[in-house]
Amino acid sequence: MNQEPLLSIKDLRTRFHTYEGVLTAVDGIHLEIYPGETLGVVGESGCGKSVTALSILRLLASPPTKIEGQILFDGNDLLKMSLDEIRRIRGNSISMIFQEPMTSLNPVLTIGEQIAEAIRLHQGLGREAAWEKAVEMLQRVQIPSPRIRARDYPHKLSGGMRQRAMIAMALSCHPRLLLADEPTTALDVTIQAQIVDLMEHLKEEIHTSILLITHNLGLIAEMAKRVVVMYAGKIVEEAPVEDLFFEPLHPYTKGLLESIPWMGRKIREGRKPLQEIPGMVPSLKEMPKGCRFHPRCLTAREICRNEEPPLIVKPPRRVFCWLWI
Amino acid sequence: MDIILQVKDLKKYFPVRKGIFSRAMGWVQAVDGVSFTLYPGETLGLVGESGCGKTTVGRCILRLIEPDSGEILFDGENLLKLNRESLRKVRAKLQIIFQDPYSSLNPRMTVKEIIAEPIRNHLSASKGEIQDRVFYLMEKVGLHPEQANRFPHEFSGGQRQRIGIARALALNPKLIICDEPVSALDVSIQAQVINLLIKLQEETGLSYLFIAHDLSVVEHISDRVAVMYLGKIVELAKDTALYTSPKHPYTQALLSAVPFPDPKMKKRRILLQGEIPSPINLPEGCRFYSRCPYRRNFCRESEPELKDIGENHWVSCHFPVGE
Repeated sequence: MNQEPLLSIKDLRTRFHTYEGVLTAVDGIHLEIYPGETLGVVGESGCGKSVTALSILRLLASPPTKIEGQILFDGNDLLKMSLDEIRRIRGNSISMIFQEPMTSLNPVLTIGEQIAEAIRLHQGLGREAAWEKAVEMLQRVQIPSPRIRARDYPHKLSGGMRQRAMIAMALSCHPRLLLADEPTTALDVTIQAQIVDLMEHLKEEIHTSILLITHNLGLIAEMAKRVVVMYAGKIVEEAPVEDLFFEPLHPYTKGLLESIPWMGRKIREGRKPLQEIPGMVPSLKEMPKGCRFHPRCLTAREICRNEEPPLIVKPPRRVFCWLWI
Repeated sequence: MDIILQVKDLKKYFPVRKGIFSRAMGWVQAVDGVSFTLYPGETLGLVGESGCGKTTVGRCILRLIEPDSGEILFDGENLLKLNRESLRKVRAKLQIIFQDPYSSLNPRMTVKEIIAEPIRNHLSASKGEIQDRVFYLMEKVGLHPEQANRFPHEFSGGQRQRIGIARALALNPKLIICDEPVSALDVSIQAQVINLLIKLQEETGLSYLFIAHDLSVVEHISDRVAVMYLGKIVELAKDTALYTSPKHPYTQALLSAVPFPDPKMKKRRILLQGEIPSPINLPEGCRFYSRCPYRRNFCRESEPELKDIGENHWVSCHFPVGE
C-alpha cells in the first residue's frame, strides 16, 4: 500500500506497576492502519490486544500504567499530547466500542442524552440540534422508533440494542478510526450477524478505519482485510487475511486455526480429535525466555528456548519465528 | 434400543413478581413442553440463544430446579416421583459440569477434597481407597496427582474445568449434563477439554447432554442435536441432517449466522429481523412468528407441534423449509 498510514504504532510498551512487580502487558509492538481499512487483532485472553486499544486512547490510569513508544495518528504522537488535546480526539476522530455495553453506558442518562452529549462537545451543536442528530444516529443503527427509544435508559434495552446504541454514539462524530474491542462477544449469533452487517454498512458510508479486536477467528475472516496475531504481549504474525487462513506461518496461528471445530468439518471429514495447543498461556509474571511460545510449540528447537525470534519479512507478511530463518 | 433418559412434556414457568405483596404478574415460560430421549453412549446437543431455556432443562433433569410438570425417566425411574433420599442415590449416576469453573468449585477445599467428596458421600471406602481413586481420576483428566493438595485458585480455567470433570466422573455416572462446559475457555484450551470429553465417552460409554450456544462445538461433539427457541424444541435431528438440511427457518437462520473461517467465501446470510421476544405471556401461534422470514397468516393462529417428518427428523413448523 502506498498510502500514508492513518495510525502507526511504533515500539509500544505498556507496563503496569503492581505490588507483584512490573508487568509488561504489551511488549514492543509495531502496527499500522491505513485509511478505510479493517485491521483485525486476534489473540487469547491476556495477550495484550485490549491493552493496545486502551493505550491508543490513553484510557489507562497512569500511574500505575506506563506507556512508552510512539502512536502516530495523522503524524501526531498521541502519547505526547496534553490531556486536553487527547480529550478532543477521543470520541471525535478516534472512538471506541467495548465488549460489554451494559457497563460502558452511563446508567443514569438516557441513551439519547449520552449520544447528544458527545455531539455537543465535539461538534459544538446546540442542545436541540444535538438531540436531533442523536435520534438520527439511532435511526441509522436501525433501532426501531428511535425518537421514543432515545428517551430510554440503558437498562431498558436488550444487549443487541445497547450495542447498537454504543455504535451510534461511537460513530456520531464520524470518527476516522474506530477501535472495536470484542464488539459482538457478549451477543447471540443471530444478533452478532446483525451487528456485523451494520458495521460493514456504516464503514462504507462514513469511510472509517476499524481496528477489530477479537478472539473469534470467524469474525476476523468475515470483516478484516489484514490481521495481526498477538501472543503474550507480542505480535507473532501479520498477514493479509486470506494468506493467514490458508497458509499460516507461525506455529501459534496454525495451532489456533486447527484447534477450532469449524462448522461442517466433521460432516465432511468425519470426527477427528481437535488439534490441541498443549499447556496454557504464560502468566505475565513468568514469561518464558527466548520465544514466548516455545513451551507450547511442537517445532521448538534449542535456539527457540534461548533467543527471541527475529522479525522475518516476506512482503506483505511479517512473522516472528526461528522456523523461517 | 435401551434408553438412558427420557424427558416427556417438561414444563417450568417462573413467576414474575411485582409490587409490595409480590403478586405474580405474569409467567416466564422458560421451558414449555420439552420432550426428548437420550440413548446410552450418545451425545445429544442442546443449542439455542440466551434465554431459550436450555440451561433450565438441564437443571430440571437433576431437579436442581423443581419442574412444574412432565416426566423425567432416568434408567426407567421417574425422577419427579422420588423422595430426597432416593434422589440422592440416583444423582450418583447423573452428574453435571458447569460453565464457570471459577464459581462452581468450593474455594476453601483442596482439589483432593473436591474430587473425594462425592465418593465419601455415596460409598463406604477407606482413606487409602479414596486417595487411590482421586489420583486415578486426576490422571484420567490430565492433572498431576502431585497437585492434589492445591486449591482451585491456583489453577487456570482449563485445569479447573478438568477438576470439575474429574469430580463428575468420580462415581462412574451414566449421564453427565454438560452446561456450556467450554464457553468460558480460550480457544486453544477449548480443544483440550472437548477432546477429553470425547475420549472419556469412548472409554466409559457414558452419555452427554451437551448444552451450548456455540454451534460449531455442538456439531463436533454431538450425535444428535436439538435446537430450542423460547422454551420449546423447534428441531431435533441427527447431526448431519440438521447441519446440512435444516428444516426449521430458525435453525436455518442460526446456522447461516455463524461466522465462517473462509475469508474468500461471501456467505448468503439470513438476517433475522428483531430480537428474541420476551418469554413472558407469549401470544398464541408459532413463537417464531415475529421473526420468521417465511411466516404466513396461519402461523399466527395455530401453534405447530414437534412432528417427525421422516428419518427421525423432528421439526415444529407448519411449513418446513424445502418440504
